Amino acid sequence: MKLLKYTIVLALTFILLPLTGFAQTPEEKGLAIAKEIDKRDEGFGDSTAKLTMTLRNKAGRESFRYIRFKTLEVKGDGDKSLSIFDKPRDIKGTAMLTFSHSIKPDDQWMFLPALKRVKRISSRNKSGPFMGSEFAFEDLGSQEVAKYTYKWVLDEKYNNLDCFVLERRPAYEHSGYTRQIVWVDQVEYRIQKVEYYDRKNSLLKTQTFGGYTKYLDKYWRPGNMEMVNHQTSKSTKLEWKDYKFRVGLKESNFNRNSLKRAR
Amino acid sequence: MNIKQIFLLAACIIPAYTPSSLLAGPGEFTGYVAGEVRIFPESATSSKQGEAQLSFSIQPEYFKDWDDGNQSLTIVPFVRLDSMDPERTHWDIRELTWIKVGENWEVRAGLRKLFWGVAESQHLVDVINQTDLVDSMDGEEKLGQPMVNISFMGEQGTLDMFLLPYFRERTFPGEKGRLRTGYYIDTDQTQYESGAEKEHIDWAVRWFQSLGDWDLGLSHFSGTSRSPTFSKGIDSDGNSVLIPYYALIEQTGMDLQATKGAWLWKLEVISQRSQGDRHQALTGGFEYTFVGVMDSAADLGLITEYLYDDRGESAPTPLESDLMVGVRLALNDEASTDFLIGTIVDVNQQNFAVSLESSRRVGEDWKLSLEGRVFVNLPEEDPIYSMRRDSYMQIELARYF
Repeated sequence: MKLLKYTIVLALTFILLPLTGFAQTPEEKGLAIAKEIDKRDEGFGDSTAKLTMTLRNKAGRESFRYIRFKTLEVKGDGDKSLSIFDKPRDIKGTAMLTFSHSIKPDDQWMFLPALKRVKRISSRNKSGPFMGSEFAFEDLGSQEVAKYTYKWVLDEKYNNLDCFVLERRPAYEHSGYTRQIVWVDQVEYRIQKVEYYDRKNSLLKTQTFGGYTKYLDKYWRPGNMEMVNHQTSKSTKLEWKDYKFRVGLKESNFNRNSLKRAR
Repeated sequence: MNIKQIFLLAACIIPAYTPSSLLAGPGEFTGYVAGEVRIFPESATSSKQGEAQLSFSIQPEYFKDWDDGNQSLTIVPFVRLDSMDPERTHWDIRELTWIKVGENWEVRAGLRKLFWGVAESQHLVDVINQTDLVDSMDGEEKLGQPMVNISFMGEQGTLDMFLLPYFRERTFPGEKGRLRTGYYIDTDQTQYESGAEKEHIDWAVRWFQSLGDWDLGLSHFSGTSRSPTFSKGIDSDGNSVLIPYYALIEQTGMDLQATKGAWLWKLEVISQRSQGDRHQALTGGFEYTFVGVMDSAADLGLITEYLYDDRGESAPTPLESDLMVGVRLALNDEASTDFLIGTIVDVNQQNFAVSLESSRRVGEDWKLSLEGRVFVNLPEEDPIYSMRRDSYMQIELARYF
């Protein structure tokens, strides 16, 4: 009798197991999608890229920022990155070293070339504008899974792509947002669009992604992004160029010494 | 003019050891040219000084790297022409540096500028470079220092060792310049404790480590002090002058910063032995930043630092027991507009100085900077009493290329 009971329980378990999969809550499904996005980016090692930012004000006047990025993947923690500013010319040689973490605040140092000074800076300012643009520091930081809580909302077509639509809420303190709505295509798990809602929960910005290219036969990177601020009518366009992967960057390329001679 | 001989020597040696790959490609030319106007609203204490000062400066920069970026050469000359003070018309090589980078080490040789420390109001720990006081009275401008520096990086932090084979004198405004001492400083009669004078070989060592939220630096310097003391004397024309004296010092320093959310806690401490006496000094305080004030993109930082020197009123610095309070406002706009207003109050004497610095980008390649200083209630015995009528306003427009 006992044996039969166990057999039934075991059988039921096997029958019901896949069902629990189907009975995923929207939160579980959202998290699973976020993990899949993260998983698909695992193992890139290190990369370098060049960025041109075009800032456009309400009157349509444009100004430009040229920045180079070096990134090192860190297993089990946020990435290490070095950003080097080439333009505008008055800040040429200014560089920023970031050790990002998922929940605890990032470690950040800035090199000011005129004074030859390295300053450890507070990374509290996540919501502040990056270089006067419509991108906040948090929009450009390393997007670790643990930085948000997730909820799947619906599936819909965006730009002729079947997309998952997720809502994510920042889990870290001092974010400028209550929530973000994210469109991710279902085949390659590339982020296509993000809507940002401010602290009062009204729509603040929309970011769109385009020109995705596949590198090393696996890693997708956008060629351009645009952030439109609906409250100020200002916008910022990012164009990424010269993506290179596994160029041989090491831990020793991400310290105060390398920050001082980054250029 | 000894320093110029060194440049000439370096200019001969470096190309001799330059691999052909360096000469192959063009380097990178950047830099700026700037025009500056200074207005002194109060008439000068001496009839030789003027009320308005116009100057022009240029600082080009040449950079070239080779050997997969593991070696580089940087050359930064600087020239200033000044309408009022012939001493302020001067040139310098701010940098002439060769760097070689290895896996866990770097060698840097030539004339270099570097910075040690964390504080804003004064830089006690920062002893390597001489101050270019004729360029800017705030002491932030530095002269290039001849050196060989080896740096080792490891899990236990970064260790830097310096050999400093040549000393450079502090620059001072001349007789006709404002913002100077009462009797002008006669650098033709400079005296040294070391018999080797400028050729005394100084050395320094610094260890640096970041541990979580904490950044700690420990340093020691042995050699000729960059800060002179003065004695009264007479120049060749029979005028009373001040003669700088550079003593030999042993200075141990510590700089510490704790970065806790919006708080930056800062401390710099030095202990210095000079001519048989030992004294201690410190700068300690905090910077707190309000992010996105009043629903704007702007950041507002409050800075407070206490400055102390245990020699008290006899210290050869006006900052023996002073409080610095500052407000930094960064608009975070496209023009990177910022303001820094600061005041230093002598706790015992109630005299103070207020300063304002502001800058913003104009178009893509121009930058407009504003600087002002007001001296209030300076007592006669204060080392900067002679500047009591030298409150000023300065506007600089720079074009970057």
